Amino acid sequence: MTHIFGSSESREQSLVLPAANAAKLELEASVEALPQVLAFLEEQLEQADCPMKLQMQISIAAEEIYVNIAHYAYAPQTGMATVEVETSAEPRSVTIRFIDGGKPFDPTGKADPDVTLSADEREIGGLGIFMTKKIMDDVVYEYRDGKNILTLKKRLDA
Amino acid sequence: MLNINKTQENTALTVALGGRLDTTTAPQLEKELRASMEGITALTLDMAELEYISSAGLRVLLSAQKTMNRQGEMTLIHVNETIQEIFEVTGFSDILTIK
Repeated sequence: MTHIFGSSESREQSLVLPAANAAKLELEASVEALPQVLAFLEEQLEQADCPMKLQMQISIAAEEIYVNIAHYAYAPQTGMATVEVETSAEPRSVTIRFIDGGKPFDPTGKADPDVTLSADEREIGGLGIFMTKKIMDDVVYEYRDGKNILTLKKRLDA
Repeated sequence: MLNINKTQENTALTVALGGRLDTTTAPQLEKELRASMEGITALTLDMAELEYISSAGLRVLLSAQKTMNRQGEMTLIHVNETIQEIFEVTGFSDILTIK
């Protein structure tokens, strides 16, 4: 197999193609498969010696994004999702990338819920992406070649 | 996996939670609470064994809090540090009564 990248092409594709050391999970995006996604993620985080507390926070963020894809990306049909996890040593960080070929949707464009409201005034929705943005250091959305690509990054050192 | 353990004394209900309260398990808790909250004036959620909560779990807590605002009190006990931090990030620490 030969890959020839022109300079402009490689830059375009580098965001879509997995990095060399990224672990990758491809599956049909369904809510039922959430435990499989989280198990895959947690395995990668454990290998990177990610502290327990951060593991839970990162899992929460990943759950929010994955469940969104499972619920909405291909509705009412279903389709495939790809989850990539890449850890880097210096500085210690983890990058998680969610890719789907569903309807274009930028979750980062959603307004934050008002977290100062009382329980009765609070609405049930809108929390997921807000939690994700609070937990992760970077949340970047791109739409490229018919794919939604959401990249989450978290530094592992305090 | 979510464990739900209910004990009731008159109109006081204590629900002990263990394991994970996420997208796949939150509907279980929602169902259990809906079935047992009628006439309850004091609802205590014991979070000692709860390891994980996502926004789906938070939604169930918010909905329970709204119900209890109309009929009594809801209190969370034994909230661990990690979950407490999630409550703080989301503003839930101001909505919920955490002891």
